Amino acid sequence: MKEFKYTLTDPVGIHARPAGVLAKEAKKYTSVITITKGEKSAKATALMKLMGLGAKQGDEITVQVEGDDEETAAAAIEQFLKDNM
Amino acid sequence: MKVATGTKIVGGISIGKIRVYKPPDYEISEEKVEDPIPELNRFESARVKVQEQQHALYEKAVKEAGEDSAAIFEAHEMMLDDDDLIDACKEIMVEQKQKAEYAVRQGFDNMAQMFRDMDDPYFQARSADVEDLKNAMLDVLFGNDPDSIQGSEPSILVAEDLAPSETVRLDKSLLLGLVTREGSSNSHTAILARSLNLPTIIQCKDIADDWDGKFAILDGYNSCIYIEPTQDLVDSLTAKQNEDRKKEALLLELKGKPSTTIDGHQVRVFANIGGPSDVGAVQVNDAEGVGLFRSEFVYLNSKTDPTEEEQFLAYKRVLETLAPKLVIIRTCDIGADKTIDYMNLDKEDNPALGYRAIRICLTRKDFFKRQLRALLRASVYGNLGVMFPMITSLREVRDCKEILAECKRELANEGAEVGNIELGIMIETPAAALIADDLAEDVDFFSLGTNDLTQYTCAIDRQNAKIEPFSDPHHPAVLKLIQMTIEAGHRHNTWVGICGELGADLSLTETFLRMGVDELSVNPKSVLPLRKQIRSIDLSKG
Repeated sequence: MKEFKYTLTDPVGIHARPAGVLAKEAKKYTSVITITKGEKSAKATALMKLMGLGAKQGDEITVQVEGDDEETAAAAIEQFLKDNM
Repeated sequence: MKVATGTKIVGGISIGKIRVYKPPDYEISEEKVEDPIPELNRFESARVKVQEQQHALYEKAVKEAGEDSAAIFEAHEMMLDDDDLIDACKEIMVEQKQKAEYAVRQGFDNMAQMFRDMDDPYFQARSADVEDLKNAMLDVLFGNDPDSIQGSEPSILVAEDLAPSETVRLDKSLLLGLVTREGSSNSHTAILARSLNLPTIIQCKDIADDWDGKFAILDGYNSCIYIEPTQDLVDSLTAKQNEDRKKEALLLELKGKPSTTIDGHQVRVFANIGGPSDVGAVQVNDAEGVGLFRSEFVYLNSKTDPTEEEQFLAYKRVLETLAPKLVIIRTCDIGADKTIDYMNLDKEDNPALGYRAIRICLTRKDFFKRQLRALLRASVYGNLGVMFPMITSLREVRDCKEILAECKRELANEGAEVGNIELGIMIETPAAALIADDLAEDVDFFSLGTNDLTQYTCAIDRQNAKIEPFSDPHHPAVLKLIQMTIEAGHRHNTWVGICGELGADLSLTETFLRMGVDELSVNPKSVLPLRKQIRSIDLSKG
């Protein structure tokens, strides 16, 4: 399993559109990608639950990636977060 | 007549008939089915259909309101791909043997509730997106045509709330204004209304069904709607509406156009501002630069003497926002009618002729240096001009320049970067106007402060209403001093502008142009009317 932390820089946080694009990105991989903020967590493929985390600018999220393609998936998701959130 | 008030989203006046919009209220049966497969298929085809609709709305919204407003429909498309949502609905059909309509209502309502329960207003507002999608799903399942909310004649639309998809579907040519009982300033309705510049109020708790078909005036400026208004009100608000239209037409006609006379003589039309909050007005009114930025705001908005850093940040923000336009900042002009506690200025019998402006700065050198250092540091972020007020002698100009040079040396030693600045002085005393030839060689520009110049030339106190009958804003002595200043400036390649109230006096525009003025700086609202005036003048005639 791969795990990394990321602090959101986007002013509104994980809002509707980026969450949608993230879910789409996450569906490209077979690994299960879980995003955790505080006590709540959501699968990266579940757009609404992702928004339900209510993650805002300055919040730290933890990303866990588990599966056959976890190396590539983790790297891709980390890059995606840096570019979009 | 009835009046109802709400919260303003977009100002402006609309006049016309009201149309009250009610969304369809579907009765959803709880009758169970034997076989869930047909229901699952109905659900799936409705889902695909709604996704197609959302995509079409996205494209319509991009055209009408731009990418930012349209993005939500792209998000809607994605929400309908959400596995949790789809699985929740499917489970209701399979486990509870309910019909697709029932499953949609339950599944989407639960999701909307999750958003409503969140702390943040942005996420709370997303419940409306889920509701919107639910209604779109139900429209398809019930075979209802969601179009034609408005009927066939232009109207002010009144509704409980409008979903983003309803807002986009609206035929804008039939839409005069919007009034809703619910809604928030973060909602997409609000965002779309702003991008369409459509008079809109929300949170109008008193809307009623019997308004339908009634004549009304929506006054967005005052956040209210008048139902069956009195004739007086109709007349005055129609006049206001016409005024708005004229302004808009002027804007469309003159924005981006040069301020050039018929015979091709170009002058610069700048704006006078009093603080960073006026920067928007400079842009909206298409001023070509800022001819007078009164720096007093940094002193007046502060309880204690503002630090160099505070000043630097304020100047930097304005310069950055307006770059590459020239922004002329006038150094501290405190004293006379503007006093500040922490400056500890003595009460004077004759403050207009007293300890003020450059006279304070030249005697309180550290205070002056803080401002000059802040200005010099900010200069790298845009196109800065600095001017000194209340000059009466060449010695004062030289003293100012010496202190400025000292600040530059200090900053160079500290390794701070400094940009090129244009240096100028205010010509607002008869003394300065009379020795303009001597002053011109030391500066890049003159700016005529006509308010003080008139007061000092005619010995008329600006603050004293009793002597107003004796004042003549077009006094030939003042005009003569202006002419002398412009001519003296031009003899030494020093450009000359006017930043006092006379600059906006359209009856004098031609006179000033004939004198050869290079720049006129007026309050932002006067920029376009002045440009219009300049463009109607022909200097080759008369």
